[in-house]
Amino acid sequence: MITKRIIACLDVHGGRVVKGVQFVDLVDAGDPATQAARHAREGADEIVLLDITATHEGRQTLLDTVRRTARELFVPFCVGGGIRTADDAAQVFEAGADKVSVNSAALKDPMLIDAIGRSFGAQAVVVAIDARRDPKAKDPVRDAEVFVQGGRKPTGRRVVEWAREAEQRGAGEILLTSMDSDGTRAGFDCELTASVSEAVGIPVIASGGAGTVDHFADVFGRGRADAALAASIFHFGISSARSLKEELAKAGVSVRLPC
Amino acid sequence: MRVLVIDYKAGNLTSVLKALRHLGAEPIVTDDDLSLVERAERIVLPGVGHFQATERLDATGLTAAIRAAIARGVPFLGICVGMQWLYAGSSEAPQQPGLGHFAEPCTRFAESSEKVPHVGWNSLEVKNGSRLLAGVEPGEYVYFTHSYKGPVTGDTAATTSYIEPFAAAVERGNVMGVQFHPEKSGATGLKILSNFLEMQAKEAE
Repeated sequence: MITKRIIACLDVHGGRVVKGVQFVDLVDAGDPATQAARHAREGADEIVLLDITATHEGRQTLLDTVRRTARELFVPFCVGGGIRTADDAAQVFEAGADKVSVNSAALKDPMLIDAIGRSFGAQAVVVAIDARRDPKAKDPVRDAEVFVQGGRKPTGRRVVEWAREAEQRGAGEILLTSMDSDGTRAGFDCELTASVSEAVGIPVIASGGAGTVDHFADVFGRGRADAALAASIFHFGISSARSLKEELAKAGVSVRLPC
Repeated sequence: MRVLVIDYKAGNLTSVLKALRHLGAEPIVTDDDLSLVERAERIVLPGVGHFQATERLDATGLTAAIRAAIARGVPFLGICVGMQWLYAGSSEAPQQPGLGHFAEPCTRFAESSEKVPHVGWNSLEVKNGSRLLAGVEPGEYVYFTHSYKGPVTGDTAATTSYIEPFAAAVERGNVMGVQFHPEKSGATGLKILSNFLEMQAKEAE
């Protein structure tokens, strides 16, 4: 049976893993290659590395980090942040990524999704969507809006509609981050996740709000997520992907165990 | 352990090469050098993306060279689209023939409420006697990402179920294929690649 994936996310700044508290006060949390290997050893089904402050100057740092992280990693490895062109993507693949995640650049130039998919296959293109409910709308979930530039800039695009376009253009997966839930550790936005997951035929990765094992069980059930991203949770109580998956298995969720 | 990796510009080879090197192999990559195929001890054909990309194998003469190598008994492993190429073809690109080593065609997953592509870790049901999958226990997980798949036949070495049972691995003599990505399947995947690397070419009877 296909299992629900637990994806460990490493936020990287200047070649180091960082933890933020409410997006500020970045704390050094180690070397990306070491941390990725640890998560894989401890049962993560996939590793995502996000260059959270990607700049043009940072590109070489990113590529070097990707190369070092990929070297001994034998689970799927996705890299995002600062990928603006198909050439950028090609360099990240060359450095050892299996998938790239595109966000702001894809909204600015949706053909980027087509271009990367054509050269590297749909399975290699993850479209990341930062979403916020629209509290003024009649249906705040259905009318949730897409934000770009690290959640700073509204786009006027509806989340479900953009997810559908991304799929049509050849995206292989959607990485959906709820900005309302992100950092709260109060649970994923299951309604939002389900609205996107039901609207597209490609897998949806839920992100934002993980705090407890129950939150994961909830987003895999009610939220209809195919995978869930876990970042800071491994620093707060749940010791590893393996222990998370062991608890999920007890709750009846199909996960990869032993791992 | 020398191994020739065929590059037909269908996606990225980095992960496959990395896994082979990790296992102590010395991969050599070619996209058109037929003499390397003639001298190969083992051949790996990776591949992600669209079946149409295998057109390049015909255009470069690699198809004929690989067919001859297989006839000489050289161990051959196709991965993902590389496995599908071993069949008659794929409904993904109906005009593009495969190698035809296995007579059936590959087809898309049937319409259902499940998502396509099939992405993620799924379990293997290994049939007895597979050399490629030696040591893989029932239910071990490997990583898949695909929308098309081969049918379950007498040559199927392992099945996986998603929407319906399909061929997760195929094996007949020195010709093998895996629908999943062994280079991305943790310890189980490395074990399978290691089994392949230990196979020796032998003259066909």
